[in-house]
Amino acid sequence: MHILVCGGTGCSASGSREVIAQLNKELEAHNLTDFARVVVTGCFGFCERGPIVKIIPDNTFYTKVKPEDAKEIVEEHIIKGRKVQRLLYVAPDTNKSVSDSKHMEFYKKQVRIALRNCGFIDPENIDESIARDGYAALGKCLFEMTPQQVIEEIKKSGLRGRGGGGFPTGLKWEIASKSRVGEKKYVVCNADEGDPGAFMDRSLLEGDPHSILEAMAICGYCIGSDHGLIYIRAEYPLAIHRLQVAIKQAEEVGLLGQDILGSGFNFTIELRYGAGAFVCGEETALIHSMEGHRGEPTFKPPFPAQSGYLKQPTNVNNVETFANIPVIINKGADWFASIGSEKSKGTKVFALAGKINNVGLIEVPMGITLREIIYEIGGGIKGGKKFKAVQTGGPSGGCLTEKHLDTPVDYDTLIAAGSMMGSGGMIVMDEDDCMVSIAKFYLGFTVEESCGKCTPCRVGNKRLLEILTKITEGKGTMQDLDDLRNLATVIKDTALCGLGQTSPNPVLSTMSNFWDEYVEHVTEKKCRAGQCKALKQYIIDPALCKGCTACARACPVSAISGTVKNPHVIDQSKCIKCGTCYEKCKFGAISIK
Amino acid sequence: MDKIRNLAELRKLKSNMVDKLQLRENSDSSEAIIQIKVGMATSGIASGAKETMSHLIEELDRRKIKALVLQVGDMGYSHAEPTIEVTIPGKDPVVFGKVDTAKADEIIEKYIVNGELVEGILPANYRSI
Repeated sequence: MHILVCGGTGCSASGSREVIAQLNKELEAHNLTDFARVVVTGCFGFCERGPIVKIIPDNTFYTKVKPEDAKEIVEEHIIKGRKVQRLLYVAPDTNKSVSDSKHMEFYKKQVRIALRNCGFIDPENIDESIARDGYAALGKCLFEMTPQQVIEEIKKSGLRGRGGGGFPTGLKWEIASKSRVGEKKYVVCNADEGDPGAFMDRSLLEGDPHSILEAMAICGYCIGSDHGLIYIRAEYPLAIHRLQVAIKQAEEVGLLGQDILGSGFNFTIELRYGAGAFVCGEETALIHSMEGHRGEPTFKPPFPAQSGYLKQPTNVNNVETFANIPVIINKGADWFASIGSEKSKGTKVFALAGKINNVGLIEVPMGITLREIIYEIGGGIKGGKKFKAVQTGGPSGGCLTEKHLDTPVDYDTLIAAGSMMGSGGMIVMDEDDCMVSIAKFYLGFTVEESCGKCTPCRVGNKRLLEILTKITEGKGTMQDLDDLRNLATVIKDTALCGLGQTSPNPVLSTMSNFWDEYVEHVTEKKCRAGQCKALKQYIIDPALCKGCTACARACPVSAISGTVKNPHVIDQSKCIKCGTCYEKCKFGAISIK
Repeated sequence: MDKIRNLAELRKLKSNMVDKLQLRENSDSSEAIIQIKVGMATSGIASGAKETMSHLIEELDRRKIKALVLQVGDMGYSHAEPTIEVTIPGKDPVVFGKVDTAKADEIIEKYIVNGELVEGILPANYRSI
C-alpha cells in the first residue's frame, strides 16, 4: 500500500512533515515497511483541509491529519482495513463523510492536465516522474520530430499563454525560432507569481518540477537554444529546493546537459531568484532583473524574441504553459484541442480563495461556468452567506457578479465581461465585502508595487487611491466619481507596460458592476457591507441606556457625554469609531449604523 | 544513478518504473479494471488473509494482469476465511471462500484469465442498499 502525504507549502505549514515522520515511525514499529510505504507528494489542491493523507489503493482521503493520528491510521486502516471515520472529509452539503476522493465534489468536475502528477508522484524522485512519461515527450521530439513539427503541433493544439496574456504559445515559439537563427538564444520560465491569493505556479513546481524542466528543453530544441533560466521568487523556498533536486537528478542521468539521450542536443537550466517585485512578472522587467538591472519594464518592440536576455533572442513562458507541453506532445494536439472551448483550449488551473468553503487549487476545462467552479467544486460560500462577486485576474483583473455566474470561463468571455483570465487567482467575495474597499485594496497593492518608471502608473494610481480613500472615509463627491472614471481610463490608455495598463481594472469593473454602491458611499455616506470604518456610526439608544457611564469612561477621545443615570450621547464629530463603547456597554444600548 | 544514454534506455526505464506506480495508476482508474477485495478483519487475518493478499498482488504483478487488490473489512463468512470478492468489469462480483495461496493461484488462472468458474464460490447472502 502507498500512503501519499502532501508535502506542498500549504500542508507543510499545517504540519505534514511531523505527520510523515510519525507515519514512518508507526510503520516501522509494526514491521510494515515492506507492506506499506509513505510517499511525499505535491499539492492535492485541497489546501483548506490540510494536511492531506491519501491511502492507495482504496483512495481514502483523510483531511486535517495530525501527527498523533498516525498510530490510528496505521493500526486501523493499514493493518485492519478499517477507515478512520473521524478523519474522512465531510461534504458540507450532505453533512456525510465521503469515503474516498472519487466521490468528492471537489474532484468530480476537475480535469487535471497541468496538475497531472501533483499529489500523485514523489517530486523528488525522477524515477516516479519517468514512470509517468516524464521526458518521454522530449525523447519523442529529439528523435522523431523536427523543431518545426513540434512547433506546428503546439500551434495546432491551440495552447495559449497561461500567465495572463493568452498569447498563442506555438506562435511565440515560431517567432523565437525564426529570430536571428544560429545566434545564442535563451528559454526563460516565468515563475514570478505575484498576484495576491495565487499559488498555481508554486504548487506546480513543488509537485512536478520535472515536467517544467522537460518542457523548457523541448522549447530549447524548437527555438535553437541550449540554455534555460527559471526566474523564481526567493520567497518560494520549497519550490526552489525541489527544482534544485530535480535539475541535479536530471543532469545525473543525462536528461539535461550535454548530448541528451545521444541526440547531440545540449540543454542546461539554471535558477535566478527574484526579490518579489510584482512588476518582474512582466517579461521585459523580468529580463532586466535577471541581467542584474532594476526590474523595470521597457517598451515593446523590441520583443524578447528579437532582443531579450543579454540582448539575445529569448522566449519567455509561464510555468503552467510549460506544464502543458509534454502532454500535448505525448497525447497529440487533437486530443488537447478537444478539451475546452472554441477559442481557449485545454484546462486552466485556478487558486480558489476568499469566502469559499473549499479553498484550494483546482484545474478545470476551459468553458466551465463560474457557477460550477464556485458552487460545485468550491462547495459554495462560507457560512451560508450570499455570493456577491468573484475577482479574477488579480490586480489586473476585475470583479464578476451574479449575472456572470453562468458565463463560460475562457480568455475571451472574461475580457468581454470586463475582467480577465490573469494567471488564475480567483477570490470569492460575499455580502460582507465592500466593493469600494476591494478596489482600494487592489489599488493599494498596485501603488506599492509600481516600479515608478512611467507617470500614468506612478502618479495616476496614487491619485486613484487617494480618491478611493476619500470615498471610503465619507468625504467623496459625485465629481470624484467622474474623476475616478476619467483618470482610470487615461491610465489604461497611456501606461507603459501591461501591468500599468491593467492596473485601473479593479476600479473600472467595480464601478460598472457596483455603481450604486459607489453612489451610496458618496451621497448617503453609507457602506452597506459595514466595512468602511469611517462611515460607521455608533449610536446610543436613549431608551436602553441606563446611564452607567461605563462607555464614557472607556472612550479614548472623550466623545461621550451624559450624567449618571441619564442617557448618554456620542459626539459624532469627535468619535474615532474604535468600537470600545460598543464592547463596554452591558445593556446593548449601542448600535452600529 | 546510471546515465540514460538513448531513447530506448529511457523507454525501458519507464516500463520498469511503471510497475512501481501501478498501484497508484490502478486506483486512479478503479472502475475499468479487475477489483479484488480481501476480507481483512480479525478472523480473516487469523486465517491468513495477509498472506493471501500479498500473494495475489505478487502473482498478478508477475503475470502483468492489471488489477486492484483492496483490503476490506469482514464480509461475514467467518466459516470460510480468508474470503475474497472478485469483480471483473461488466460482470457480477463473485465471492470465493477459504482462499489460501494455492487457491489464489487457481482463481487467477481459471477465473480471471480463462473465465471459468472454480470450486469454492460462496452464495451471495446480502443485498446492497
